[in-house]
Amino acid sequence: MTPALSIQNVAKTFSTAQGDVRALDHVSIDIRAGEFVSVIGPSGCGKSTLMNIVGGLVDDYEGEVHLDGALVRGCQKQIGVVFQEESTFPWRTAIDNVAFPMEAAGLPREARMARARELLELVGLNGFENRFPSELSGGMRQRIAIARTLAFQPRILLMDEPFAALDEQTRLLLGDKVLQIQQELNQTTLLITHNIAEAVQLSDRVLIMSFRPGRIKRVIDIDLPRPRSSKLMGGEKFGQYVAAIWEDLREEASKGLQDMERVRAGA
Amino acid sequence: MASATLTSLRKPPAIVTRFGALALFLLGWEAASRAGWISAFIVPPPSEIYNSFEMLFVQEGLVDAFLRTFGEAFAAAGLGSVIGIAVGYLLHRSKLAGLAYTDWVAAMASAPLVLLYPLFLVVFGRNSATIVAMGVVGCLPPIILKTKEGLDGVKPVLLNVGRTYGLTPWRQFRMIQFPAALPTIFNGVRIGLLFAIINVVGVEYLIVFGGLGQMISDLGDRFEIAAMFGGIVFVILVSVCFFFITEKIETWLLSSK
Ligand SMILES: Nc1ncnc2c1ncn2[C@@H]1O[C@H](COP(=O)(O)OP(=O)(O)OP(=O)(O)O)[C@@H](O)[C@H]1O
Ligand SMILES: [Mg+2]
Repeated sequence: MTPALSIQNVAKTFSTAQGDVRALDHVSIDIRAGEFVSVIGPSGCGKSTLMNIVGGLVDDYEGEVHLDGALVRGCQKQIGVVFQEESTFPWRTAIDNVAFPMEAAGLPREARMARARELLELVGLNGFENRFPSELSGGMRQRIAIARTLAFQPRILLMDEPFAALDEQTRLLLGDKVLQIQQELNQTTLLITHNIAEAVQLSDRVLIMSFRPGRIKRVIDIDLPRPRSSKLMGGEKFGQYVAAIWEDLREEASKGLQDMERVRAGA
Repeated sequence: MASATLTSLRKPPAIVTRFGALALFLLGWEAASRAGWISAFIVPPPSEIYNSFEMLFVQEGLVDAFLRTFGEAFAAAGLGSVIGIAVGYLLHRSKLAGLAYTDWVAAMASAPLVLLYPLFLVVFGRNSATIVAMGVVGCLPPIILKTKEGLDGVKPVLLNVGRTYGLTPWRQFRMIQFPAALPTIFNGVRIGLLFAIINVVGVEYLIVFGGLGQMISDLGDRFEIAAMFGGIVFVILVSVCFFFITEKIETWLLSSK
């Protein structure tokens, strides 16, 4: 079966005034239709770069990205992206933010408002429809951004640390909801995260990336029954997965930390 | 409580200070004029200027002149906004054009462009077209510069959101870049409107045609000195009002974001 999303030998080098930075080094990932894959790795290992390449937001890279076996370049409407940075539109209210992609697609006002209201409710923001982002907390703004991407029901969902700005409780509950939608729509999902428990809770597979240059160091299949929810977290098997991932990640994370200290010492 | 009253006594609110200073200045001027230190023929005392307003309204058609001048200034600012935003967009879009022209436009913003009026007089003749064209020339530099500044400052991630939904460049502009840059662009339009008023009144005065500028010029020719100053004071007052009103609109625009 051809994978829904196939990333083949993707590599990227940034040229800066301080010299070249090899951000990604020949990364290959095949994701089945409906599969939930997480990428976890130390800060600066090229996770966002990988996501920007798959999302079509970076032009000059090595390697290829295939959708259902067809080579693609540039942005694809079937790919929805939740960005790591704050990305709500400050001049639009919460509901108008969520309705944005449907407005861009030319959906009639009634329909897109109804859909946007549904999605806001899903992320727990009913009652905040007419607030501007500046009147909401960082976590609420991020939930708007997530709702905006989900509202469009993309076949392929890319999320770059979407829950990073949220507190632990909201993160767990929202993770459950996103997972529920993902399962319902059978969305092919690539999640980038720092959070090991989150990766185990949501994913079919967890890819561990090495510190610069970013490579896939290890792949761990998460063999936990679905439907899942955050209740899973107490289980013994869950703990074993978390421990196994940390084992691999620790080495890379400490390399990242050393690198940071080196930079600080050099500066 | 007591200390609060004390401090408020020591330091009155800004508005009281401002108008107090103005009142003191006017009183001094009035006194100097009455004492004969200032010739009333060159600079009439404030009371005479104040009294001239009745004549300005009744005989000189101040209201019509005002409507005409400000109508022309607004037309100029409207036209200037369309042109200025388009040019600002081009300077933002093309890196080369931005490098080549931005500093020149900035230089124009500080030049007395009103001196270009003979050129427009030749092209359009002695009529409203020349006046509006001069208003447009005056308001263009700030609108162009602020548009470019606003568009340059749009957060890249917002543009990326638009790109992931496959927006065309025009819709990218209309749905993301323009609204994101709007507070800055509005700031440019506001300064542009003030520059347009200055140019319109200036050219009306210079070519003695239509509106407040012509009125002031006429009064000067007829040696109605007090009324002439009345006209000038009126222009200043209205400009100041515009400045504050548009400033309020601007802060309101910014705060609703
Ligand atoms: N536009 C750019 N120009 C130059 N270097 C860049 C650019 N974008 C990223 N990099 C570099 O590429 C490397 C990977 O960056 P990236 O943002 O992909 O990391 P990340 O894994 O997403 O990190 P984090 O977890 O902190 O978000 C970093 O070393 C970064 O400095
Ligand atoms: Mg990142």
